[in-house]
Amino acid sequence: MGDLAAALIAVGEAIIKNKQYLTDLDSAIGDGDHGLNMARGFEAVVVKLKTGTMIQEVGAIMKLVGMTLISTVGGASGPLYGTAFLRAAVPSAGKEVIDGQTALLMFQAAIKGIKDRGKASRGEKTMLDALEPAQDAFQKTFEAGKSLPECLHAACDAAQQGIEFTKTIIATKGRASYLGERSLGHQDPGATSSFIMLQALTQFCDGSKEAV
Amino acid sequence: MKKIMNVPEQVVEEMLEGMVAAHPQYVKRLPGFDVLVRAGGATEKVALVSGGGSGHEPAHGGFVGKGMLDGAVAGAVFTSPTPDQIYEAIKAVNGGKGVLLVIKNYTGDVLNFEMAAELAEADGIQLDKVIVDDDVAVENSTWTTGRRGIAGTLFVHKLAGAKAETGGNLAEVKGVAAKVIANVRSMGMALAPCTVPAAGKPSFVLDENEMEIGMGIHGEPGTHREAIRSADEIVMHLLDKIFADMPVQSGEEVAVLVNGLGGTPLMELYVANRKVAEILAAKGIQVAKTFVGNYMTSLEMAGLSVSVLKLDEELKSLLLAPADTPAWVQF
Repeated sequence: MGDLAAALIAVGEAIIKNKQYLTDLDSAIGDGDHGLNMARGFEAVVVKLKTGTMIQEVGAIMKLVGMTLISTVGGASGPLYGTAFLRAAVPSAGKEVIDGQTALLMFQAAIKGIKDRGKASRGEKTMLDALEPAQDAFQKTFEAGKSLPECLHAACDAAQQGIEFTKTIIATKGRASYLGERSLGHQDPGATSSFIMLQALTQFCDGSKEAV
Repeated sequence: MKKIMNVPEQVVEEMLEGMVAAHPQYVKRLPGFDVLVRAGGATEKVALVSGGGSGHEPAHGGFVGKGMLDGAVAGAVFTSPTPDQIYEAIKAVNGGKGVLLVIKNYTGDVLNFEMAAELAEADGIQLDKVIVDDDVAVENSTWTTGRRGIAGTLFVHKLAGAKAETGGNLAEVKGVAAKVIANVRSMGMALAPCTVPAAGKPSFVLDENEMEIGMGIHGEPGTHREAIRSADEIVMHLLDKIFADMPVQSGEEVAVLVNGLGGTPLMELYVANRKVAEILAAKGIQVAKTFVGNYMTSLEMAGLSVSVLKLDEELKSLLLAPADTPAWVQF
């Protein structure tokens, strides 16, 4: 495994590093396990990517990550993020390098997977409030002829605005929805973990200065 | 955090080993999975599988046995089990007459059980599911994911399990489960939070004179907080909410579950039940059977929930049917 595995290891390490932060955000409006669950899943992902065989094919790596998250995370995040990675494996099957066009298709497939599985849409105080604006920004930047790292920067900025937006809305999906108006003012943990993953990917690309 | 454990990562594993060691006549573990199934193996009847996060003991493994569940899947503490674990449970208990999944309405549980159901259906296993949503604390508005499933789930296990034991087919067993869900309401309150072992600190903080009303079974915050009141006032409030949602008329018959959340002495649960019985008697409601104890706990959380199940003849006979499991024995 090459750059993609290294990038995903960086993503995993960012989640593990933010375990307590995500858990604290979740304690305020959910049941306080988002960071614990995500870290447990990505610890397993990092081990598999570091010790795995030399898989080069992007689709196979995405599938490996998706299956690992599904079988280790639990909660709502496991099926949602796991489905996202599995769906992203479809447009990247057979490829060894991710170009801008493939990245966009993977991003779109992943988000569609989350929406299908979670039956959620934007504006319900979930990870989609970070991911959908990020996808839009990515697509716009890509269509303007920019490079993959530039697209990622735009996506990352949009995701950050997205998590700020989640403070202003009432949760209607997931455990935070049981709180109703008490969820106002709190930042959504799922949107935050999505942002952390995008940010780690963007920083990795800045460091490597190459396509993933 | 002060807990009797070795390392936080091992609590679920070691708890399951301890349960099997304590109840070998009832349960065995599926090797390599966090799943308890009946010690005698799959039988030729509709099988019931439930489960959820750990930390709710004796739910769910404590209710595996004759007249109740066939398999219980244990997730990480307060985290729904993953689809591969649920899938293994389904395969292990399937005796050829179909499997009913009893799921509590929590987003994570629903998603993971649905994924497991897709895997099992692809294998050709006859399968159906019910989603329990007995908690009236949550606003019944059109924009929520609906009400949570809490301790009333025990009645679904008990009555649908009894129906399966009498040889009912999958549609009939599901029918009983659905009827129980339509007729059971619960609501809880907490005096003190609990600490998830891997988190190491309480999931919320209550002042000495505060209580949390309507919180879920994972320590997630409730609908509101207020100054602590007397046992009678607490019970009146919980029953008011329950009856506002599901009116019960004089002359009708119910079953009652006063469920401890893990950190409340039986003395206090019985004090609460005294008021439950008094209120029901004043309304002219008959009580077919009352259960008081720790059935679906939240680690060491102090507090309780009250569940009321409205009965008809069928539900009453299934309620009174025998059960023989580690945590529910009835002749």
